[in-house]
Amino acid sequence: MTDITPDAAGPVAGGSILAEDDRTKKRNAAEKRFRLYGLAAVLIGLAFLVTLLTAILGNGLSAFTQTAIELEVELPQETLDPDGTGDRDAISRVSTFGYNPLIDAALVRLVEDAGIETDMSGADLRKLVSSGAAAQVRDAVLADPSLIGGTQTFEVFASGRVDGYLKGRVVREDLARDKNLDAAHLDIVDVLQAQGTVTRGFNWNFILGTDSSDSRPEQAGIGASMLGSLFMMLVVLVLALPIGVAASIYLEEFAPKNRLTDLIEVNISNLAAVPSIVFGILGLAVFIQFAHLPQSAPIVGGLTLTLMTLPTIIISTRASLQSVPPSIRDAALGVGASKMQSVFHHVLPLAMPGILTGTIIGLAQALGETAPLLLIGMVGFIASNYPDGFAGGFVDPNSAMPAQIYEWAKRSDPAFYERAWGGIIVLLCFLAVMNIIAVLLRRRFERRW
Amino acid sequence: MQRPEPAEAQVSLTLTVIVLALIAFAAAVMGRSRAMASAGGDARTLHSLPRYYATNAALTGLVPALAVLAVWAIAQPILIDRSVTSTFAADADAPLGMGDVRRVAEGLERAVGAGALAADEALRLEAGEGLTSLLRDLGIATGSAIDQRTLDAAQSMRAAERRGALIRTLVVLAIAAAGCAWAVSRTNAQFRARNTVERGVLVVLLAAACVAILTTIGIILSLVFNTLEFFTLYDPVDFFFGTTWSPSFGGGSELGILPLLWGTLYISIVALLVAVPIGLFAAIYLSEYASPSVRSVAKPLLEVLAGIPTIVYGLFALLTVGPLLVSIFGPDGILGVGWMRGGTAVMTAGLVMGIMLIPFVSSLSDDIINAVPQSMRDGSLGLGATQSETVRQVILPAALPGIVGAILLAASRAIGETMIVVLGAGAAARLDLNPFEAMTTVTAKIVSQLTGDSDFNSPEALVAFALGITLFVITLALNVFALWIVRRYREQYE
Repeated sequence: MTDITPDAAGPVAGGSILAEDDRTKKRNAAEKRFRLYGLAAVLIGLAFLVTLLTAILGNGLSAFTQTAIELEVELPQETLDPDGTGDRDAISRVSTFGYNPLIDAALVRLVEDAGIETDMSGADLRKLVSSGAAAQVRDAVLADPSLIGGTQTFEVFASGRVDGYLKGRVVREDLARDKNLDAAHLDIVDVLQAQGTVTRGFNWNFILGTDSSDSRPEQAGIGASMLGSLFMMLVVLVLALPIGVAASIYLEEFAPKNRLTDLIEVNISNLAAVPSIVFGILGLAVFIQFAHLPQSAPIVGGLTLTLMTLPTIIISTRASLQSVPPSIRDAALGVGASKMQSVFHHVLPLAMPGILTGTIIGLAQALGETAPLLLIGMVGFIASNYPDGFAGGFVDPNSAMPAQIYEWAKRSDPAFYERAWGGIIVLLCFLAVMNIIAVLLRRRFERRW
Repeated sequence: MQRPEPAEAQVSLTLTVIVLALIAFAAAVMGRSRAMASAGGDARTLHSLPRYYATNAALTGLVPALAVLAVWAIAQPILIDRSVTSTFAADADAPLGMGDVRRVAEGLERAVGAGALAADEALRLEAGEGLTSLLRDLGIATGSAIDQRTLDAAQSMRAAERRGALIRTLVVLAIAAAGCAWAVSRTNAQFRARNTVERGVLVVLLAAACVAILTTIGIILSLVFNTLEFFTLYDPVDFFFGTTWSPSFGGGSELGILPLLWGTLYISIVALLVAVPIGLFAAIYLSEYASPSVRSVAKPLLEVLAGIPTIVYGLFALLTVGPLLVSIFGPDGILGVGWMRGGTAVMTAGLVMGIMLIPFVSSLSDDIINAVPQSMRDGSLGLGATQSETVRQVILPAALPGIVGAILLAASRAIGETMIVVLGAGAAARLDLNPFEAMTTVTAKIVSQLTGDSDFNSPEALVAFALGITLFVITLALNVFALWIVRRYREQYE
């Protein structure tokens, strides 16, 4: 028997058992505290999530709008087509350097028409617009040489600083040391905005355009990187799904219990836990050094990500195959099918929803991977061209969305930080869509055996 | 120096594959019709379905041919490189720049193929000033001026590649034709085509499963070879026990791993200090106290934290958490202590990494806590314990091996994490106890050494492979240890 020392003020001695004694009160208080710690932990975790999402949306949504200035640019024939031949080659010999004075003149005219008094030259005023404005005008003229001789209205992007001013990122005190802009510029911008010549509109160029150099954050877009990511995901899908499903079928249905099978299983569970940077080293050593594939190409990124996604797909496919009850296999064998036929004609189609869900989740994880891509050459690469053609999309150097975001985060202009946050929003949209599709697929096709 | 033979037409790989496909298709049709003919037109007397005879005929030729093609495609460049090096560099003192040789050969081939250069003109090229400008016009970038030896080596490489391509095509097509012919000749009504095809499919499945082994072998080989080369250039003892990390381009770098290991360890400890209490308590609350509706909402929301890519966390650390911590701990901060000088620090990266690891710890612990049988809880409650006493005194000790395993797995994940530390922890390698200082890690240095400007065979670039293999071994050991602990101390409840 246990040694019970009777409590002097025992629980039932002369009182109701509903009256709590000190010890019980302490225990109940400890219980309440413990429960509170648990709830606090859950709430802290959710608070982190909310903070993260708020930071992303608060910083990134402004990347989807861009300030533009409406300019009426005169296109005189003497400057642009001196011989008057209308010959495309002759016109294209006029570089953007030759178009800059036209932009200056348009800006001077705009400022005069707005009634602003300033002694700024056209070249000074040109700091208000993006340095890509001349290229925009030149491209329009080359596309339609009949514009020469008239006046055309262009909506050109404002420069990064002006855009930052209108978004509240750049304040007047910062401009004291800025060599691009000063207070007089901002006054002009204020007046033009009041008149409606300077507007902020949705920035399609951010979603569809290509990356730009350091000095033109307003022109930077994530479109080319999206294509790079898309090609990479295609490679992963085409390679990882068949190999993963084939490996799982072998391990689940056909593998005998011998040392080779144990070795394979140990390898798969180890590979699932290897850091992604080691896969990047593998990709660098095997695909670029040994096989001499082009650097920074989506196919190299796709091959590396395939190796990373393979363990995930194998593990989820095995779980789906295991969930198919043995009665299906036995019934197939009983009707006269061979083992291979029972697997491919009966088990695999029934496990397909789970396999697809696992693949989509694996693809979503691969989409967000950055570290391996940095090692195969995507760091420092400016994705300034769209790939030409479908085959070119695989072997032409390109960037990928996470690598592009990293690249923007490394640049010094704070306008690029805004682009990086915007890029994160685009990336998270893709991931959210993929995960929602996976969840919907699972809910629609899941069978309870 | 010999002049190469007149150029033969370069047989393209695509053409070979197309012809292979045609041979396979023809064999399939012939096999099927032969099988049907031998059965007198009645498919029921055949051993297998007619399509198995078709597949058998096609695959018997196709699979060996493709295997030989794959092996040839891998082996041919290596053999050609080796033969060119031995022919042209064996008797000279200066090394032959194989990169240049390959670029010139490829560029000339491309130019001839595109019609920019006539074939016989390409053979008559002489080294000199004209050659460099001609190559530049053709779009071929070369590291240095091309001398006669490099040009000859490139021409010889071109000729060897053409010869190799021709022989490869002939061999591969011959194998395909022979295989298909043999299969078709064996086809009759009694031939067990389905069994043969299924055996072939089994081999394919086994090969797919072996891809995992190949990947591991690939990782180990790529790390080991380059690490060994690094250790011939730099003393291993200095690497493993050195306390200074300062690479410099001109040589004389000090590449000691200890500051990097310390940075990794420190950041992981901070991350675990954040993640383990929050994750564990969240798991306990969600599995013991929460109602099913709360659990069904809170658990997926916490899992969202796990699905966010690490680049997002890295940017969050760099641009939000860093400035926030500086505004609290920095010189002009709320506390006015001036401990933190810059936004990138161990604290920043550790905090954000901890946030990333919360769902990891939470979901693993949740699984383990749920695995403890209900009878133990009921017994404890029946003896009069409160729920928190049950958790603290019965469930957690029962689940302890699993929880320790989960913590070790989270630690392994924290050690291997790259993007958060690259963006949030800075690039300074130092051995310091101050968590508000910037300290870099092994993974961040792997990225910076392999993406910098150093020549690829210098110790500064090769050290990344040594770092990589150290990281691989550490994470592997942690994972194996975690699994061993779980297996050794797990209670079997029945």
